Amino acid sequence: MRKALPLIIAGLLAVLPLLGLSSYWMHILILVIMWSVIGMAWNLLGGYCGQVSFGHAAFFGVGAYTAGILYNKAHLSAWWGMPLSIVFVTIVALIIGYICLRLRGPFFALGTLAIGVILRVTAENLTGITEGDLGIMLQERTWIDKTWYFYIVLALAVVTFIAVKMIIESKLGYYFVAIREDQDAAESLGINTTLYKTVALSLSAVFTGLAGAFYMNYMGYIDPKIVFALHDISIVTIMVVMVGGVATYWGPFVGAIIMVFLAEIIRTIPKLGAAHHTFFGILLIVIIIFLPNGITGDVQKLKKFLRIGKAA
Amino acid sequence: MAMLEVKGVSRFFGGLAALTDISFGVEKGDILGLIGPNGAGKTTMFNVVNGFYPPSKGEVYFKQKKISGLKPHQICKMGIARTFQVVKPLQRMSVLDNVIASAFLRVKTRTRAEEIALDTIKFTGLLDDRDVISKGLPLGKRKKLEIARALATQPEMLLLDESFAGLNPAELDESIGIIRRIKERGITIMIIEHHMKVIMAISDRIVVLSYGQKLAEGTPKEIGNNPLVVEAYLGEAESA
Repeated sequence: MRKALPLIIAGLLAVLPLLGLSSYWMHILILVIMWSVIGMAWNLLGGYCGQVSFGHAAFFGVGAYTAGILYNKAHLSAWWGMPLSIVFVTIVALIIGYICLRLRGPFFALGTLAIGVILRVTAENLTGITEGDLGIMLQERTWIDKTWYFYIVLALAVVTFIAVKMIIESKLGYYFVAIREDQDAAESLGINTTLYKTVALSLSAVFTGLAGAFYMNYMGYIDPKIVFALHDISIVTIMVVMVGGVATYWGPFVGAIIMVFLAEIIRTIPKLGAAHHTFFGILLIVIIIFLPNGITGDVQKLKKFLRIGKAA
Repeated sequence: MAMLEVKGVSRFFGGLAALTDISFGVEKGDILGLIGPNGAGKTTMFNVVNGFYPPSKGEVYFKQKKISGLKPHQICKMGIARTFQVVKPLQRMSVLDNVIASAFLRVKTRTRAEEIALDTIKFTGLLDDRDVISKGLPLGKRKKLEIARALATQPEMLLLDESFAGLNPAELDESIGIIRRIKERGITIMIIEHHMKVIMAISDRIVVLSYGQKLAEGTPKEIGNNPLVVEAYLGEAESA
């Protein structure tokens, strides 16, 4: 049963479009799956390898702009952005890694935070390449209907899930966790910590970038404030994983469902809706205090809590 | 043949000389005891050999190859493994996973790594605790886990930093047994220890450090009769 769970869930998701859902619901589903991909990617670096990044918008943005610029300047289909983003995002990740991975703990987090902001400002000002604040718009999207976008992002999610699982169960995964638990011990056990942190960052960045390239194709419009956003991308990425469960396979998926739905629900509340970041902040505090391992990580605790609630 | 040669090593921290011009060698298959009062520079010596601190002066050779200046992971790959005085288990991993992580140094597949890890765990007497998350282990077992993890990298030389401190007498006997069996496997050992009885019993040679300087070197018997060493440990004869 446990082994079949990923297959069952992927299968259920795959038949969802056949139910004739409305365009709005398809949009929500696509967002949930896209955020799962970003969450799984962040989890590789932040959850398993213990390097908490506050700047994943950098990779998302570079992925999105790879697609956008290919379309805008090279007059290719923006879908080429998906394979080619791998190259560009890896290069960016290696540069960022070279700068930030010598920093430990909170300093790494601050370093990545700064890099995310720097890339946004760069994208805003390199108007010759990025069109700056005007953004890049696809003249026409590939499909009006959302079904194919759904299947593409679902395929990306399945690939990411399998890749993460394979990585975590291999030598790489053991090394990532060893680095998270104690860098000095890891180093003295023969683990080249600098190398493996760079590997974790690059892998994490590539999957995030793929999600970014997909976003360009799907939404048809990007500008620096959207794709390099600190709170709407970098922070939400962390929230997806924290809420769902750090260093768990299903955490990012659970977190993505909750965050996307929560954002939708809160936004419909009159007046208060504009303050959805405030709600996210409160939620994060509550999660950190009561479920530090996230919903998936603290399932037992949650069950116990609910049972006590019923008994009382 | 000398397995490890320390040649004129000094290490300064700012103006403080933690080690001053230390030279000694460790023969293949021997157990070398490194003793000295608190703050003598024993752990610093380990950190220099293991690569955490490059020596400020001098060189370290392992099997005739210079290793000073290399990174800890490179030195480990060459065949020197260490344990830490303040144990550093990978806290949120099980005992078995801890050892598997270090077994991966010499093998690629998870199956092979697990085989080596299980062997090592059996050897150090942790088999019953293999699924325990290492955060919850009592100190005695954490010390054993340190040794198991170091052994799983299949070293030719093992640096043991106070692997006996804080153990009860039963655990102590067991650990001495483990060290002896490690020696039987042909692994060269350098050990820091405060238990005089233990160090006298298991060491082939002993190096005494005091205030970062080498005070004496010799067999346990020679060291036991050396007035300088007695003075460093117990104070001067007149004042005693």
